[in-house]
Amino acid sequence: MAELKIAPMVRPETGRNVPARNEACPLDLGWVRDVRVNLSAAERRVATLPGRRTVKKDAQAAWLLKAVTCIDLTTLNGDDTAGRVRRLCAKAKSPIRRDILEALGMADRRITTGALCVYHRFVKTAVEALQGSEIPVAAVSTGFPAGLVPHDVKLKEIESSVRDGATEIDIVITREHVLTGNWQALYDEMRDFRAACGNAHVKAILATGDLKTMRNVARASLVCMMAGADFIKTSTGKESVNATLLVTLIMVRMIRAYYERTGFMVGYKPAGGISSAKDVLNYQFVMKEELGREWLEPDYFRIGASSLLADIERQLEHHVTGRYSAFNRHPVG
Amino acid sequence: MSVARYFDEMSYGPAPEADTEARAWLTCHDATFGHFIGGKFVPPASGTYIDTMEPATGATLAKIAAGAAADVDMAVAAARKAQGAWAKIGGAARARHLYALARAVQRHGRLFAVLESMDGGKPVRESRDLDIPLVARHFYHHAGWAQLQEHAFADHVPVGVVGQVIPWNFPLLMLAWKLAPALALGNTVVLKPAEFTSLTALLFAEIATQVGLPAGVLNVVTGDGSTGAALVDHPDVDKIAFTGSTEVGRLIREKTAGTGKALTLELGGKSPFIVFDDADLDGAVEGVVDGIWLNQGQVCCAGSRLLLQEGIAEDFLARLKQRMTKLRVGHPLDKAIDMGAIVAPVQLKRIQSLVETGISEGASIFQPDLSPPKGGCFFPPTLISDVQPTATVMQEEIFGPVIVAMTFRTPDEAVVLANNTRYGLAASIWSETIGLALDIAPKLQAGVVWVNATNLFDAAVGFGGYRESGFGREGGKEGAYEYLKPKAWANRKPRQVTEQPQLQTASGGFETPALDRTAKLFIGGKQARPDGNYSRVIVSPAGKLVGEVGEGNRKDVRNAVAAARSAEAWSRATSHNRAQILYYIAENLSARSAEFAGRITAMTGASPARARAEVEATINRLFSYGAWADKFEGTVHAPPLRGVALAMNEPIGVAGVVCPDEAPLLSFISLVAPLIAVGNRVVVVPSERHPLCATDFYQVLETSDVPAGVVNIVTGSREELTKVLADHDDVDALWVFGSKTASATAEKHSIGNLKRTLVDHGLETDWNDPAAAEGPILLRHAVQVKNIWIPYGE
Repeated sequence: MAELKIAPMVRPETGRNVPARNEACPLDLGWVRDVRVNLSAAERRVATLPGRRTVKKDAQAAWLLKAVTCIDLTTLNGDDTAGRVRRLCAKAKSPIRRDILEALGMADRRITTGALCVYHRFVKTAVEALQGSEIPVAAVSTGFPAGLVPHDVKLKEIESSVRDGATEIDIVITREHVLTGNWQALYDEMRDFRAACGNAHVKAILATGDLKTMRNVARASLVCMMAGADFIKTSTGKESVNATLLVTLIMVRMIRAYYERTGFMVGYKPAGGISSAKDVLNYQFVMKEELGREWLEPDYFRIGASSLLADIERQLEHHVTGRYSAFNRHPVG
Repeated sequence: MSVARYFDEMSYGPAPEADTEARAWLTCHDATFGHFIGGKFVPPASGTYIDTMEPATGATLAKIAAGAAADVDMAVAAARKAQGAWAKIGGAARARHLYALARAVQRHGRLFAVLESMDGGKPVRESRDLDIPLVARHFYHHAGWAQLQEHAFADHVPVGVVGQVIPWNFPLLMLAWKLAPALALGNTVVLKPAEFTSLTALLFAEIATQVGLPAGVLNVVTGDGSTGAALVDHPDVDKIAFTGSTEVGRLIREKTAGTGKALTLELGGKSPFIVFDDADLDGAVEGVVDGIWLNQGQVCCAGSRLLLQEGIAEDFLARLKQRMTKLRVGHPLDKAIDMGAIVAPVQLKRIQSLVETGISEGASIFQPDLSPPKGGCFFPPTLISDVQPTATVMQEEIFGPVIVAMTFRTPDEAVVLANNTRYGLAASIWSETIGLALDIAPKLQAGVVWVNATNLFDAAVGFGGYRESGFGREGGKEGAYEYLKPKAWANRKPRQVTEQPQLQTASGGFETPALDRTAKLFIGGKQARPDGNYSRVIVSPAGKLVGEVGEGNRKDVRNAVAAARSAEAWSRATSHNRAQILYYIAENLSARSAEFAGRITAMTGASPARARAEVEATINRLFSYGAWADKFEGTVHAPPLRGVALAMNEPIGVAGVVCPDEAPLLSFISLVAPLIAVGNRVVVVPSERHPLCATDFYQVLETSDVPAGVVNIVTGSREELTKVLADHDDVDALWVFGSKTASATAEKHSIGNLKRTLVDHGLETDWNDPAAAEGPILLRHAVQVKNIWIPYGE
């Protein structure tokens, strides 16, 4: 078992701690096969957690602001254009109205979203638009969303995005490897993706809606982490079922198991389907309760979402004014 | 704290549930409550009140009436007055009343939840999400039984006036568990809530009256243990239903013995929580949280003994400790906590003292470092490990947030350790292997078994214990019978006891005499001489010597019970196998029917025709139980979850049977056959006056492939042997027919291990009437229902 790594590297230009990367480990098939998930027990946990934890008033505002800093503000549509991406970048830089931040006493904090997430085509646009903001650009890759393009094309796509300035790459796994229990193939694929990313952080999208069973989800999570994924991520947003609290519980428990055995902290990114402030709090509770305080920061927690931010903005204005807010009162992204 | 500070710390902050409405309700009663009798609040006769406090702060919440005998009298009179009319309005009308109660509970759900948490200290999440929805569910479900009563229970009538004494851990939920079936099936109730937590019962009574429940149907008398005792002692109460400690349960059994009052007891537990090495360990850790930290562990079925397979024990305990550091203990009305306050200082002291005992006996203790609010009754979640079965904390029910852990090597050993307790309320099994989990579940001595789950409850699924965890079931059809009595037994008359005829000794003549026969005892498949080597003379009504039987004593009973205990394979035999043997007994009896008829005539003076009819009826009865053996099956409940609950009819174990004098062969078989048909082993005391047809019967048993120890026969004094059987702590059930005094003795002396008793109180049963003496009417008493919850999904 690897030693626990506790000394984080320091990013020189900002002084912010940079998380140590997941240095991967050999594929341990015994561990993969040992994974057991009892669905009913897991469901009970996620059913009761929202009743066990809640945050109110100032605490709630703080948690929602924290959630904003974890959002990978995302546009992944066929009709995306450079203009659309620039607009979203502006929103990523100032996600919350300044007067609201002032009222919350948070104007002096740099509240931005965690990253901006686009297709490869718009990486350059986004990098330029976000110049000086320190907001990373994430590119979905490897034949997103189905991931069925040739393997070498996937590697080339990753390399191109990294060249264009993406510092985070969201790859999709080949679901077939999971559905057929071909863990070696999944591991090899993931290792290649990780190598192609170089210094860029890699998020492994499992497409949990396609994997169906929680055992599949747990095993795929583990194999991707063994192969060096910095984050594991639920979905592309294109499957019929995307992020759920249940799948979150299963994945974060595997993150904990991996951390306990290897000492590497892997991040978690639910994506798709989290659209309300109330929802996102429940995800934060799972992170804090199952993993711990560190996993509430954008280094280890990202939320793939597009409409969530607008709801948080309304909630925060309500907190400040005591009046219910409306969407048109907040600048669109 | 500022937003910025929360942003940096990411802590939870307070999340209080408002108590405004609950306090307004208290204020509108001047925070002083009388009893609720005959549809209205009445002040206590004595004028004395007791304080009920808020355990989270120690502040006084309200004053409640201190009930005395006069108050109980008044309440029982009100219930008695209402009972006839309440039964008479019929199931459909009662269904409407219960439906109204269910709806009212839902409409006032938040008020009930907040008041419950204030008064009892449990987290408002639990009262809101668990207790109150289940309360409503119980009234809905039992509205259904009321509606269906005339069909589903056509051969039963209500018990009458029921006294119910409930505990403080689930005040309103226990009220619902007791009240819903009682009212649904036509009984009226005097309820005594726990002195610490009476407020929701009073609120319920008030709301029930508002929604039209007739006066006197539900009466609430508050007070301490002495009030409960007055209710238990009241001569006009037909049944007592109690949930609480095993200690008080014993007391109630003793006090009601011989009074004819029906009794159900739902008592303590020390329930095992078994984790196999192929379990979902994170799921099981969460199960522990739900098992022992629900309601601060003040749960009779709490999974308080953690049994871990050795290979995963260390890993599991590490995960559990980590999980414990995340638990939050706080004010019960805080919506972001896992544990609230212990109900009262006296309970807190008890928990502290038991944990200290554990430490002094060498156990390791783990408690997370957390800071509960000051001033209230709080105790941290506690894990005790490095303990052996010999430790006090492994044996005693702690009734607090304390779990004790030990390890096992094999599934067999898990079963042995799990069953190594006087209790038998619940058990939890964690394994992802269906074959293993379903193999272990029937082997556990527990009324409720959860597979990969814990603390699941539903109105459709019976709940109740084995062994010293009490008897009777609450919920489901099995629970409904607890509030009914068979019509066929309703009009039994006291037995006419005739003088024992004097032996008229006469010298013999010079003709060749019949060959002398010695009737022995029948123990462990062998004929055995009585230990004391005394004989008892059996005399015909005309005073003629019919024969002699052994005078069985304590040691003979001891030997018989030991033989019955070792015949455990009978309980595991297939029902087909047991059916075949019952048919075979009938066949062999039939071959000797003339001999048995002759014996009956000689012993009882019955006409030959009547004696032949009795033998025929006996053969027929054996056939009936051969038929029932593979048909008295359990049910599959469909509780509201993805999964099933299997209600299995399981044998109780070793049963003592004391037979009456009337119809000596037929009554003997009518009592023995149902017990062995479902897998019990019996120690039978045949008719004291006419035992010879039973001693003749062991030859029939010997030729019928009945395994040794399944039926043991000890002849002798009914009263003495009844007492010996009742006092024997390895006898699980005791049926006594034939005498009022023996019935009382059986009940009174059954308290050692709280054996299940079925007695006739000296009322004579018509053994020829199948409605009164055959089938489910007795089979229901020959089994105990185990509910195995099996949630599933992949």
